[in-house]
Amino acid sequence: MFKILNQTFKTGTVTTGYPVSKADIPDSFRGRPHFDFGNWRDALPATAVCPTGAISVFDRADRRIVVVDYGLCVFCGLCAEATPEKAIQITKDFELAVEDRQELILSAEYSLSRDGSQQSLISFKHGPRPAEPAVERAGRKLKEGISKLLGRSLAIREVDAGSCNGCELEIVALNNPIYDIERFGIHFVASPRHADMLLVTGPVTRNMELALLKTYRATPEPRLVVAVGACGISGGIFGKNYASLGGVDQVVPVDVYIPGCPPRPQALLQGILVAIGKMAKALPFA
Amino acid sequence: MSTAMLPFLDDLTLRLGDQVESTLSQNKHEVYLTLRDADIRPAISILRREQQARVAAVFAEDRRSAEGCFLNHYVLEFPGNPCYLILTTRIDPDRPMFPSLSAEMPSLNWQEREIQDWFGIQLEGHPNPRRVALHDNWPSVHPLRKDFPIDCVLPPFEGERHVYRPALGEGVFQIPVGPVHAGIIEPGHFSFAVAGEPILYLQLRMFYTHKGTEKLFEGAPIDRAVFLAESISGDSSFSHGTAFCQAVERAAAIEIPPVAARMRTILLELERVYNHVADIGAIATDVGFVIANAHGSRLREMMFKLNEQLTGNRLLRGMVRIGGVRRTWGDSQIAVLTQTLQEFEGEFQRLVDLILASDSTRDRLQRTGVLHPAKARDLGIVGVAGRASGVDLDVRRDHPYAGYAPYDMQTTVYQEGDVCHRVHVRIDQVRASLRLLLDAVRHEFRGEPFIPVRKIAPGRCALGAVEGWRGEILHWIRIGEDGCLERCKIKDPSLNNWPALVEAVQGNIIPDFPVINKSFNLSYSGTDR
Repeated sequence: MFKILNQTFKTGTVTTGYPVSKADIPDSFRGRPHFDFGNWRDALPATAVCPTGAISVFDRADRRIVVVDYGLCVFCGLCAEATPEKAIQITKDFELAVEDRQELILSAEYSLSRDGSQQSLISFKHGPRPAEPAVERAGRKLKEGISKLLGRSLAIREVDAGSCNGCELEIVALNNPIYDIERFGIHFVASPRHADMLLVTGPVTRNMELALLKTYRATPEPRLVVAVGACGISGGIFGKNYASLGGVDQVVPVDVYIPGCPPRPQALLQGILVAIGKMAKALPFA
Repeated sequence: MSTAMLPFLDDLTLRLGDQVESTLSQNKHEVYLTLRDADIRPAISILRREQQARVAAVFAEDRRSAEGCFLNHYVLEFPGNPCYLILTTRIDPDRPMFPSLSAEMPSLNWQEREIQDWFGIQLEGHPNPRRVALHDNWPSVHPLRKDFPIDCVLPPFEGERHVYRPALGEGVFQIPVGPVHAGIIEPGHFSFAVAGEPILYLQLRMFYTHKGTEKLFEGAPIDRAVFLAESISGDSSFSHGTAFCQAVERAAAIEIPPVAARMRTILLELERVYNHVADIGAIATDVGFVIANAHGSRLREMMFKLNEQLTGNRLLRGMVRIGGVRRTWGDSQIAVLTQTLQEFEGEFQRLVDLILASDSTRDRLQRTGVLHPAKARDLGIVGVAGRASGVDLDVRRDHPYAGYAPYDMQTTVYQEGDVCHRVHVRIDQVRASLRLLLDAVRHEFRGEPFIPVRKIAPGRCALGAVEGWRGEILHWIRIGEDGCLERCKIKDPSLNNWPALVEAVQGNIIPDFPVINKSFNLSYSGTDR
């Protein structure tokens, strides 16, 4: 007993302040690739190296459309290495969760030079908006929000609908003393019948479709569904095939998407906050 | 060349006579022996009896368009010899059948049935030839045949997914668990037959997370396939990635730069450490010693942070590449690595002291979930579970790769086979890893991180083997046209070890199942692919 207490006191408090204070992210972390569309001379090299097809190019005559999908991105950084003019830069941004799948997709239209090598920007469409100020506010008001909306607690049922177990490692990490998600009144429960939210990882396999549907139906309303990771959003590197149905929204309606491969614990926390915010909007009486 | 590496091969070729079609050796790691007849039994029985061969894997390949037949490959290893032997037999596509070895070698049970499911090659003489990979309600399809399109849309399910053996007798009940489990773990179905608290038997149903991974490899460009390999099992991303890259490098006949070999060794050991330390804490939690998990998961987080500083990803993803690693480390990264390891060493010792000093924890772990050494040998158990039950296998020592050759990888082997000794194996392994790591960081980290790979001739085959934290990981590849893959066979150690869980839980009480399961901690995704 003395040993246990001694070890506990020796260790002290290790819990992070996120989301109330800023997250401590090392410089080497590969977060959201930032695309400088105006200075991007040629999208083809990046398209060629992207392992999941998150960057795609459609050429028609002298026009080129480039589409970037953060919902497919595995944050490998190869696109930045393949693009010489620093038009793509890897940032430390990880707070990428959105309610609308379309917000994860950027596109740009270019006119092409005669030999097709140079492109010049005509227009582009924005993707995810920087969520930071809203999230920080949400962080401070998190406890308050949960207490008002959900009777002091948010119960989450995690469903692995076919993942590689990478996302599960990070979801489990939310329970460790560093991220300690229970300090917000958020806890993981054993049954969907006790849950307010389903945290679903993917891709949804053909063999897990029915189990996911039954879990969804067993969750009382109002319920939230959060799709986790590139595979949960879009099928990721596995995509759609004879055994994989793709993203979670192919089977059940999804409220929030959290990009990452896997999303780091802070990113998961931010996604859960966005989902709570969405519920607050939907319940005007709360 | 082949006889130098496997001296008994000439004698074997002589004895098998005109059955032998060819021998081929393209690198020093493996020899191929192709047999004319589909009956593999005589060759395997001679090699097992006289050379103590162990069949590490068996898998098939659809070569109907190139060679007019299916091929079955048997990967064999021999004690004290780093060279693998791959026996290949041809199977007539008009009469697709092959003789089963499972009655003598239960370790091949699932792997042989997988061939039947994926390729539609019938098993002869298998004691239980039911489907294993495809659930019973799948239509009659064989996804790894080349004429099966990967984007094939299958009709909706009909009928039973799987028929379980009924639990009969007074007071005997069946407890179905999963595929959605109570904890944050992967999906699979367990059907327990219990008489009161003791478990009579356990039936497993896996392959819920099957996502067509081996089929996806086919036709994938080699560089991109590395990312697919990293997604086979999240907690073994670096091991699977490395096993795949090694296979390609052997097919291309290149040696990676020394700095890359050293960095791979370090990252492989970091992966082992972060998994074992969390498992040790989690096993203690499953018998009620919760504080150990708080410390264990804190130490894992320490490793995740280190991983991120070394590779940019907490699970070590995006670092390994064909020909080496993506980038070398700067002085500040080496400093962080050394400092974290030193700090971790002390912390780990305190965690172990905490657990071993708890009598009630030890009492629950000892003699729980026993896997007898004889059973472990018959079932072909590998890795941590094997070492706790007298099976002395370690790819790092038996088939050195990356930068392991200079290190003495003798790991302790126990005969007891209970949960307690699976914990001890983990503790020993973490200590051995830390010793290796603290030595490896003192070396130079300068030089080219990778060498470019020129075009690899279509048709070349190679095997990559890595000792992942769970045990032996094998990737076997055949190169196709235009720098793409023709076939990639993945064998995760979990595929060997699931049957061990079935054996180990028998006679234990159902409240001990979680801790027994955790002591194996097998990968569902690695099994199901």
